[in-house]
Amino acid sequence: MKLLTLNFLTCARKTCKSTAAAFPLHPKDAELEQIEIDMNPLFVKNMLPRLEWEAMKTLTQELGLPALPAETPAPEELTTEDGEASQVLKDLHVLLMETSVASGKLVCGNCGHEYAVKEGIANFLLPSHMV
Amino acid sequence: MSRPEDTLPPDLFYNDVESRKYTTSSRIRSIQASMTNRALELLDLQHSSFILDVGCGSGLSGEILTNTEEVDGGPHTWVGMDISSSMLSQALERDVEGDMLLADIGQGVPFRPGSFDAAISISAIQWLCNAESTSEEDAPDRRLKRFFDGLYASLKRGGKAVCQFYPKNAAQRSMISSAAIKAGFGAGILEDDPETKNVKLYLVLTVGGGDITGTVSGLQDVDVMDARRKERQRNGTPADKQKGSKAWIMRKKAQQEAKGKVVKNSSKYTGRKRKIAF
Repeated sequence: MKLLTLNFLTCARKTCKSTAAAFPLHPKDAELEQIEIDMNPLFVKNMLPRLEWEAMKTLTQELGLPALPAETPAPEELTTEDGEASQVLKDLHVLLMETSVASGKLVCGNCGHEYAVKEGIANFLLPSHMV
Repeated sequence: MSRPEDTLPPDLFYNDVESRKYTTSSRIRSIQASMTNRALELLDLQHSSFILDVGCGSGLSGEILTNTEEVDGGPHTWVGMDISSSMLSQALERDVEGDMLLADIGQGVPFRPGSFDAAISISAIQWLCNAESTSEEDAPDRRLKRFFDGLYASLKRGGKAVCQFYPKNAAQRSMISSAAIKAGFGAGILEDDPETKNVKLYLVLTVGGGDITGTVSGLQDVDVMDARRKERQRNGTPADKQKGSKAWIMRKKAQQEAKGKVVKNSSKYTGRKRKIAF
């Protein structure tokens, strides 16, 4: 599961929907992997304003990845002066699209429910009493 | 032909054998591909987008999203949800690019508000109409409500969703579309090849305003039947409210009679206009 997707996932329980602690989910015992994907500068640029940068920072911290800048990179920083992809964009692409959680657990900060991740697929099925 | 929806719940029906059959059958693949392309046409995405694939199965539709050409607004990045683990393992074998969740769409959509540009669903949401247990929480209307509420929240404003589905009957069709409307979507149903065996229904949903009929304006050979107009007419003044109409007169006479007043007998001439004297 890409880190990009993790930036949008919340706890599936109805009781957690309204609480702030249900997002982001916290990775636990996570194993990361790198999958190479063609870079799509426009997509990264479009997704940038929609990312929760604070959540992104806690996520990288919890996964032990290099620290991110304090603020969301500005759209101008993504391209160099001659229109090429800048280092910022390349780093973002590697972080968001290529880094993914292969296995481990995702823990809700509110109810503490653990969602298992296996082979990159998270199990969000809830037992019926928890829906 | 029997409907798989009538036999077993989706997580059990799509077991390893059935999932492989589904994924490798060239007939199903070509039908799925044409439906996905049609849905993409309806979504009319201008640039590469973040798409939710509801009931992604083995990623047949996702593959098309990934491989959309740049001139058509692609390539898109997608996240899929499916309840069948066998289907998802087929997807893993085929090495699709999107992320996938093992999740029951009848339990809601676990994404934060405004996550996706668009959503697509191919032959999935009719499964929501099956009750898997007798508990009230699992009733089809509750499952539909949770799904459409979740979907509405997870799409960004101005986002669109296209759900191709196979309703069992007219009741199911209206149950699904009314659930979508209740969640706040602007909804319309596009019918391809109507009145044939191969009829395909696409539920087109928009978040936040705008006329739903605008979504098909770019397509050819599409007739728009506006159900809202009929509704409006139906909601117009009912017959016995219109002053001077026969129904109104009859109602008033009955009222007076109930009060104990003397009322003239009614006949076929009651409430008729007099002939013009000349």
